[in-house]
Amino acid sequence: MTTTEAPLSVDKPRSATRPAARRNNFELYSWVFMRLSGVVLLFLVLGHMLIMLFLDGGVQRINFAFVAGRWASPFWQFWDLTMLWLAGLHGGNGLRTVINDYARSETTRFWLRTLLYCSIVLTVGLGTLVLFTFDPNIS
Amino acid sequence: MTATLSNNDSTTADLPSDAPPIPEGATMVTVKIERFNPEVDEDLHWESYRVPALPTDRVLNLLHYIKWYIDGTLTFRRSCAHGVCGSDAMRINGVNRLACKVLLKDMFAKSGETTITVEPIKGLPVNKDLLVDMEPFFEAYRAIKPYLVTSGNEPTRERTQSIAERERFDDTTKCILCAACTTSCPVYWSEGSYFGPAAIVNAHRFIFDSRDEATEERLDILNDQDGVWRCRTTFNCTDACPRGIQVTKAIQEVKRALMFRR
Repeated sequence: MTTTEAPLSVDKPRSATRPAARRNNFELYSWVFMRLSGVVLLFLVLGHMLIMLFLDGGVQRINFAFVAGRWASPFWQFWDLTMLWLAGLHGGNGLRTVINDYARSETTRFWLRTLLYCSIVLTVGLGTLVLFTFDPNIS
Repeated sequence: MTATLSNNDSTTADLPSDAPPIPEGATMVTVKIERFNPEVDEDLHWESYRVPALPTDRVLNLLHYIKWYIDGTLTFRRSCAHGVCGSDAMRINGVNRLACKVLLKDMFAKSGETTITVEPIKGLPVNKDLLVDMEPFFEAYRAIKPYLVTSGNEPTRERTQSIAERERFDDTTKCILCAACTTSCPVYWSEGSYFGPAAIVNAHRFIFDSRDEATEERLDILNDQDGVWRCRTTFNCTDACPRGIQVTKAIQEVKRALMFRR
């Protein structure tokens, strides 16, 4: 007769192996945000591309003066600011989901997320700074 | 469908000697199985078997034929063999099905030789051949508390419910825990901590049960990072369910409950 090395025991069937639920709505809000920002972005980005690439001479007429002229109006400043923030957060949240899905170890997950959050803060922050401090008379 | 064979056909020569006579109207098909023996093999590998098949056979019959007459080491689960117990979920021709519910008449190639591929369900560790370790699947199932939770004194009679109240969660009572849905989910393949469709279906069965009192608790569990918000609505689970449960719809109903019921 053979003997087994491992003790012959069975774990309690109802013992908790998962951490308790965190009781916050972060995942819910991020899911809703993705849908709402997606709809708004569709309008903002398509409008942006239409204006920049097709209407009134299209891409050929874009230069420093053209951008300066557009950003003289608070309307276009607001448009671009909304687009920047929504696209940055929407894309960033999408990548966060991808990292959560595919990162195998907690360490990889942590560093990929840190890299992601830093790059979001950098791009969105820099874009916002330029939008608010843009000087059309810069030489 | 290819030409049928008689008992005297030359292709029967390679069949085992103790095999039963090939019935009238049978066709030879190739069954390609992804096999793994942990005591011998380094990795999963494919092996092919030529077996006679009737249009009325199910894939399970072919597996039985292989196990009984060609290679007795072939390992798979099956219990009732009639689509009720949920033991024999496997990937047949790339989709999750119960081997006992797939008829050969739906599998024959339009022309030429028929090949049927059979793999273990994905996303769970393979123990041997088509037998996988179901423990991660049942761990997620247990985590959503799949039992009636009530408070106060037991009623002296049944806990009554109206027909409409029962109808509300009727679809999700049909689950047989075969894991076909969970192991068809691409999110589950890449991240095993996701509860998966089957656990959410069974949470749905109690969340929408008027007699149950742990709705909030289950909603909290499914509101977390590994809960319903991981679902990408690819509908693989709905396609895979051998009981025809609208799995993706059930998941969406839980999302809706999280958004609007509290």
